[in-house]
Amino acid sequence: MASVAKEWREIPGRYNLVGCKCGACGKVYFPRRNLCPECRRASIGKMEDYAVCRKGKVFTFSVIYDAPECNNLLKPYAVAMVKTDDGVMISAQLVDVDIDKIEIGMPVRAVLRKLDADGESGVIHYGFKFVPDL
Amino acid sequence: MRDVAIIGVGVTKFGELWNRSFRDLGIEAGLKAIEDAKLSGSEIDGLFIGNMSAGRFINQQHIDALIADYSGMASKHIPATRVEAGGASGAVAFRQAVMAVASGMHDIVMVGGAEKMTDIDDPSINSVLDATADAEWEAGMGLTFASLHAMIAQRMIHDGIATREEIASFSVNSHFHGALNPNAQFKKAITLDTVLRSGPVATPLGMFDCAPISDGAASLVLCPLEDAKKYTDSYVKVSAVAQASDTLALFQREDITTYGATVSAAQAAYKTAGITAADVDVAEVHDTYTVAGIMALQDLGLFKRGEAGKAVLEGKCQVGSDMPVNTSGGLKARGHPVGATGVAQIVEIAEQLRGSADKRQVENAKYGVAQSSGGMGSAVVVSVMEAI
Repeated sequence: MASVAKEWREIPGRYNLVGCKCGACGKVYFPRRNLCPECRRASIGKMEDYAVCRKGKVFTFSVIYDAPECNNLLKPYAVAMVKTDDGVMISAQLVDVDIDKIEIGMPVRAVLRKLDADGESGVIHYGFKFVPDL
Repeated sequence: MRDVAIIGVGVTKFGELWNRSFRDLGIEAGLKAIEDAKLSGSEIDGLFIGNMSAGRFINQQHIDALIADYSGMASKHIPATRVEAGGASGAVAFRQAVMAVASGMHDIVMVGGAEKMTDIDDPSINSVLDATADAEWEAGMGLTFASLHAMIAQRMIHDGIATREEIASFSVNSHFHGALNPNAQFKKAITLDTVLRSGPVATPLGMFDCAPISDGAASLVLCPLEDAKKYTDSYVKVSAVAQASDTLALFQREDITTYGATVSAAQAAYKTAGITAADVDVAEVHDTYTVAGIMALQDLGLFKRGEAGKAVLEGKCQVGSDMPVNTSGGLKARGHPVGATGVAQIVEIAEQLRGSADKRQVENAKYGVAQSSGGMGSAVVVSVMEAI
C-alpha cells in the first residue's frame, strides 16, 4: 500500500491543474517540471507555478473495455488527450458523456472527481477528469 | 572500435508456458545460443540480460545474478548486468553488449532476454505494462497502455494517415508469419475480418490488435567480427545499433502519430551502417499494438507517411513480397515476453541473414533491421545487421 505522502505532494497538480511556466522563455508545462526542456540550465530556479486553463478540446480519445482492477466498475469508460485553451496537452478520463458521441474537437472542462482507491482501506485518490462543456 | 559479430542465437518457444519457470526459460535460450556458437561456455566473459519486470511478475529482483548463477557462471565471477527499458529492455541489453565487445572491454559476451509473465493474474500483468507509460500522469489517471495506442490510432484515422482496416491488417501480416514459425505463440493465419470483429479493448483497437501475454526467452552470443570464423561459419555482422529516447508521457509530444525516437535512432543507425532505408531487405518491428507496427514502418523510412498501412493491407510486407516485415510473427503472433522481445527480434534477423529461417526465409537478404520500443516510444533501439 502506498504512503499518504505520495498522494498529498501531488495535490496541486491533481486537484487544481497546477503546472509550471518557465521564467526564462515563458513556455508552459504540465505536470510541473524542475527545469524547462528548452532552456535547461538557464531555467533552474525560474520555474513558476502556473494553473493550466480548465477548458479545452478533445485532441484524441478512446473508450476502455479492458481496465485495471481498480477501474473495473467504471468500464467501459472514456479517456482523452485534451488540448487546453492555453495550449497545454493533458491526459485524463472523460466522464458524464455518452461514449458513442465523443468526437475530436469536442469542448470539455476539468472537474474534480474520485480517481480510484488503494484497496479497501487505503488512500482514496482524487484528481481531475473532463466533462463535456455544454 | 571493433566490428562485432553475432555467432550464436537461441530462442525458446513463446507462449503461456505453465510448466516452465523463469530460470528454465532463460537457461534454455542461453544454452541454445552457446551450442549454436559452438562454444563450451567457459569462453564467455560478460553477460547482459534484458528483463522488464521480474520484480513484479515473479517477485524476483537481481535477475543478473540469477541468470549468471543458473547458467553455471557464478564460479567464474563474470560481470552480469540486468537492463530495464520497458519493452526495449532486450534491445538495450543487446546494445550494451555490442558496445562492450566493440570497445575491447569484453571479447565473448552473452545477451539474454527473458520474461515470465503468466505467474500472476491478467489484471496485475496489465498494471505492470501500464507502468511503462507515465505511472503518475497517464496510468494514474486511469489510462491503460492499450488506450494510449488507441488514441494514436484514433488520431491517425482522423488525420488520414491510415484507415482502421489498414491498421488492423498489421495483425493479419504478423499472423501470416506466425503460422510459419514453430516457436510462435499463435501458429495460425487470420483474416482481416477476425481483427475487425474482435472484442474491443480500447476503441478503435480490439483484442486482435494487441500482442499477447507470453513467457519466453531469447539469447545471442557476440564476439569481435575478426574472431568469428574461429568459432563458426554461420555468423552475421552487427553494422549498427542506435538508441534514442523521448518524453515518458505521450501527451508531452508535439505529434503523437510518429515516434521521434524511432526516427532519430533509424537515421543514426543507417548512417553508421552506410545504408539507406531502401537497402533494408527484412525488418522486425515492435508491434505491441497494430498501430505501433504501422508507425514503425513509417518512422524507419520503409514507407512514406500515409502509405505504410496501405502496403500492409495489400500484402506487401509478407515474405515473398516487396518488404517482408515481422517474419517471426512479430510481437502479435510470435508472442511478447517483454524482456525477451528485443533479443528475439535480433535472433530472427540473424536467422534471415544466415539463410536459416526455413519457411519464412527471405531470398538473398543482405541487410536486416530490428526496431524495439519501450513504453510509448520513450526508448527505441534500431539495429542493422548484415549478411557475411
